[in-house]
Amino acid sequence: MDSSPASMPTAAIPLTQNCFEALDLHCVRHDRTLFAGLSFTLLPGQILQVEGPNGSGKTSLLRMLCGLLLPAQGCVRWQGTDIQDMRHEFLADVAYVGHMHGIKEDLSPRENLRMSQALGRPRAGVTLDEVIKQVGLYGFEDLPARTLSAGQRRRVALARLLVLDARLWVLDEPFTALDRTGKALIESLLETHSRNGGIAVLTTHQPVVLQQCTPLSLQIGA
Amino acid sequence: MPNLNQACLALLRRDLTLALRHRGELANPLLFFVMVVSLFPLGVGPDSHTLQTIAPGVIWVAALLAALLSLEGIFRSDFEDGSLEQLLLSPHPTALLVLTKIIAHWIVTGIPLILVAPLLGVLLHLPPTSMGALLASLALGTPVLSLIGAIGVALTVGLRRGGVLLSLLVLPLYVPVLIFAASAVSDAAIGLPVLAQLYFLAALLALALTLAPMAAAAALRISVS
Repeated sequence: MDSSPASMPTAAIPLTQNCFEALDLHCVRHDRTLFAGLSFTLLPGQILQVEGPNGSGKTSLLRMLCGLLLPAQGCVRWQGTDIQDMRHEFLADVAYVGHMHGIKEDLSPRENLRMSQALGRPRAGVTLDEVIKQVGLYGFEDLPARTLSAGQRRRVALARLLVLDARLWVLDEPFTALDRTGKALIESLLETHSRNGGIAVLTTHQPVVLQQCTPLSLQIGA
Repeated sequence: MPNLNQACLALLRRDLTLALRHRGELANPLLFFVMVVSLFPLGVGPDSHTLQTIAPGVIWVAALLAALLSLEGIFRSDFEDGSLEQLLLSPHPTALLVLTKIIAHWIVTGIPLILVAPLLGVLLHLPPTSMGALLASLALGTPVLSLIGAIGVALTVGLRRGGVLLSLLVLPLYVPVLIFAASAVSDAAIGLPVLAQLYFLAALLALALTLAPMAAAAALRISVS
């Protein structure tokens, strides 16, 4: 089964300065081709929503985009360079929230965020208290994450976007387990991110409502 | 730019905090070590000469198995909750972060073994002259066990039942450590010089310290993809 890239805007003159490109990506998992020949270019401020049925390779695509998974063919470029050739610089620019939260159940949200901050490039001028308040975990910041609800744990994982100074956000089903205010919060974060010239790639089955920019959409496995 | 020292310190602190919050799991390998060694006098009999002869081998084999028992903990829970992905997505050199995790593992599993070993030596009638060699061999040898073990765990962490495979992969690589360490302790017991064996252990440690983190980091990349 092969998929064709949906109507994606490709810059007539590739602006390699700050863009994020996928070139002819092929994904093969367990001897099955999930998608082939997938290409797109994202410019600063653009948000891409990847859609497709279950098992169509959305998660694999996102993992490829942040370098966790090597494409069977093709390459991913950040600012015009293959990400495999500039791992450290690229990874300092990426924040990834996968469907596994990447938080420790026995640590509190505050300890978890402190760890995320130390591992990446911390955002200047942000305190953990502010971030905790912003994602609605005020009052829960010192409880072990194990005692929090699924939605709250999701918020801890997503708070990583606020403590890191990342220009590329890669979000795998960010709205899962979130309530309506949680979804609105993520949407407003995406909007701010886009306004500041950030790029985001996310998968979700829900419509993403942004006031000032329309997310681009990419259909795979259709 | 992100600060590497800070990242390693934070990671070390996190792993030690986590270990402290799971004190039960922490005690398992240590209890295993103590129990296996203390079974030998019961099984072999209380003859001090026999016990003294087998003591170095028994203590070291038990230390090997206790280390093997605790290895999975280095990466397993990180793999399951996605922390490992975040670790690999850190802009810092993965090998150094992996080394930090191995050091944390050694602090919580290796050091207790070293501390309790002299007591078990007394139990097995090991002469006081060989206590120094026992401690030195454990201090040089147990970090090697953690380092080599980390490669094995990194390779098998993605498999559902990696346990048996892990011991098949790792135990043969532990053999040189076992040979030099046990020989150091038994030579010390009969008053022979042991510096040669200790130098060999130190060389193994230097080798493992430089190569194992890189191999484990590469193996982790394969395991998560």
